[in-house]
Amino acid sequence: MDLLNALVAFLNFVFVPAAAYGAQLALGALGVTLIYGILRFSNFAHGDTMAFGTAIVILFTWGFQSLGISLGPLPTALLALVPGIAVTALLVLGVDRVVYRFYRARKSPPIILVMASVGVMFVMNGLTRMLPYIGVNEIRFDDGARFVISVREFRDLTGLTEGLALRSTQLLTVVVAVLVVAALFWFLNRTRSGKAMRAYSDNEDLALLSGIDPERVVRQTWIIAAALMTIAGTLYGLDKSFKAFNYFQILLPIFAAAIVGGLGSPLGAIAGGFIVAFSEVAITYPWVKVAGYLFPDWQPGGLLQLLSTEYKFAVSFIILIVVLLFRPTGLFRGKSV
Amino acid sequence: MKKLLLATTACVMTAGLAQAEDIKLGVQLAFTGPLESMAPDMAAGAETAMKEVSESGKLLNGSTVTPVRGDTTCIDAAAAVSAAERLISEGVRAMVGGQCSGETIATLERVAIPNGVLMISPSATSPALSSIEDSGLFFRASPSDARQGEVLAEIAREQGVESIAITYTNNDYGKGLADSIAAAFQAAGGTVTITAAHDDGKADYSAEVAALAAAGGDALVVAGYVDQGGSGVTRAALDTGSFDKFIFPDGMVGEPLAERFGTEIEGSIGINPAAEGEGRDRFNEMGRAAGFNPEGAYSAESYDAAALILLAMQAAGSSDPAEFKGKVMDVANAPGEQILPGELAKGLELLAAGQDIDYVGASSVELVEPGESAGTFRETTIKDGKLETVGFR
Repeated sequence: MDLLNALVAFLNFVFVPAAAYGAQLALGALGVTLIYGILRFSNFAHGDTMAFGTAIVILFTWGFQSLGISLGPLPTALLALVPGIAVTALLVLGVDRVVYRFYRARKSPPIILVMASVGVMFVMNGLTRMLPYIGVNEIRFDDGARFVISVREFRDLTGLTEGLALRSTQLLTVVVAVLVVAALFWFLNRTRSGKAMRAYSDNEDLALLSGIDPERVVRQTWIIAAALMTIAGTLYGLDKSFKAFNYFQILLPIFAAAIVGGLGSPLGAIAGGFIVAFSEVAITYPWVKVAGYLFPDWQPGGLLQLLSTEYKFAVSFIILIVVLLFRPTGLFRGKSV
Repeated sequence: MKKLLLATTACVMTAGLAQAEDIKLGVQLAFTGPLESMAPDMAAGAETAMKEVSESGKLLNGSTVTPVRGDTTCIDAAAAVSAAERLISEGVRAMVGGQCSGETIATLERVAIPNGVLMISPSATSPALSSIEDSGLFFRASPSDARQGEVLAEIAREQGVESIAITYTNNDYGKGLADSIAAAFQAAGGTVTITAAHDDGKADYSAEVAALAAAGGDALVVAGYVDQGGSGVTRAALDTGSFDKFIFPDGMVGEPLAERFGTEIEGSIGINPAAEGEGRDRFNEMGRAAGFNPEGAYSAESYDAAALILLAMQAAGSSDPAEFKGKVMDVANAPGEQILPGELAKGLELLAAGQDIDYVGASSVELVEPGESAGTFRETTIKDGKLETVGFR
């Protein structure tokens, strides 16, 4: 019984929240890594484009709700993802046409593209806040069932002292992330366009010689990146709540995840996302409760907390520094930064 | 002859101007930033008092008052300091502000004291401001959080709360409030299991809530902002089932709290500084007539802060801060005739006649040393998903 209580406490406070957060970071990092791998620059506008995509999804969600369309227990936002991705894709293609294509044609060094993306970030930042009914406020747009199982239900069901809560958005995040990652890998490895993208990423000149149209590859990359950004942003907003400013803040952990995994490596982005999320939660978690169940006779003086929660961001950066020092290409051998 | 006449007229005119001047007052509030939703009603409160005095024509031989706004941003001390410097360069004699504690300390130390300008803050509540070396230039129309900590501890102990976990927003306000709650609660015989900070505007609060839950306690004190991380922590604590009962200090108590959590936080305790009585009712009427929300947090205190500055000027017969700073406590406290909102003209007349006044104002002002409000708090609870006032203490 005590062993079960320890396990449930661990699942409720460490595993479930970290898994959902990790999946959100992984999807974000996947987009960053894709753009880095194929277009060869770190896209700083990523977080704010996520915010824009999510805002569009919210507007469509409200539209569907007012028409009476819903998905039963699932949030309506899942349906709104389809038009949301389409609008976001159009926007990023427009941005590419107006901003990035100019620098690509001149073969500008990556740092210039990075700086251009910082500019795009600020424009996107303002654009999201100017959308009708969005603004700077916090918006909750989840509907459908809130919990798969709530703490009270779990306690009544099992008779344990510890409870386990699993929100439907947490489960949804992980399931959608798995599906999206599977689809992306299938696309990159099995389809002709995916192979063209990888060829372009490996060697641009060689790809050109083999008759691959570079502009087509760039367009496809942006469309896939827009889909990833909108999905990641929407899942994140469903799970927490939508606030434009928070998407700017999430940029740092996303970059940490992409770099830890190895920029340019999709597998690395996913691993990186989970490593950052789990280390943030596990290292700052006070293990006193779990230890109390496992070793009932032991009375520890403190909370058995390695680091106070103020330092949780330091954790991802320590991992980042260690990885960059000893394995600059990241855990999965991406491109060196 | 003509020249002489002209010269004399010019002399008379300038002499007249020197007597009835145009006094500029700063309205130094956080119009942007985490408390941007509160600032408009606070500014409107302060400017109502200035307008009332200006239109009465009774201040210092018919002087007029012009408000000048400055944006403190609440979180960026450097921005607050440069906003205050701009106000000084425009010639303000005193300021209503700042809004948040950290920013207020910075402005006071770097701008107000060096320039000899008086500040009355409607809403900076950090205990650190009680002990600051202010050359007599700083007052506040709100009580120190040390008092808020005592009131919260008292209510919690009365309701049988034995142990609490505290989470606070990582700034001067949050830290000061958390410390005072912890000290008061322990003095009242309770235990504090953990005091942990959370940062505002962050992506995820599961790590913070995991720590709070592991430490445990009968109730969770959320000393944060309702527009910011405070709500994030509360949401995560509810979802993981870590706490059922919450204690909300002033930064959390507001309509958004009830809207967001409703019945989920049934029976939780909340307090915020607020007074009741005739003064409050009159201010509410005035506010509604002027087209702002007089019940917005610290709107009444802002009116009182501006009124106190102007009454003190009248009492000293000068708009020089060095002269009127000593009069603020005199006009705020007994003895003297009581002055309510809307009666500022009467107060000015009495002072001009050399009589004493006791300014009551919208928030039942009673200043205690070192120049801060003694403090009445409104105790609220969440009943049927709505904020309900239990009483005042």
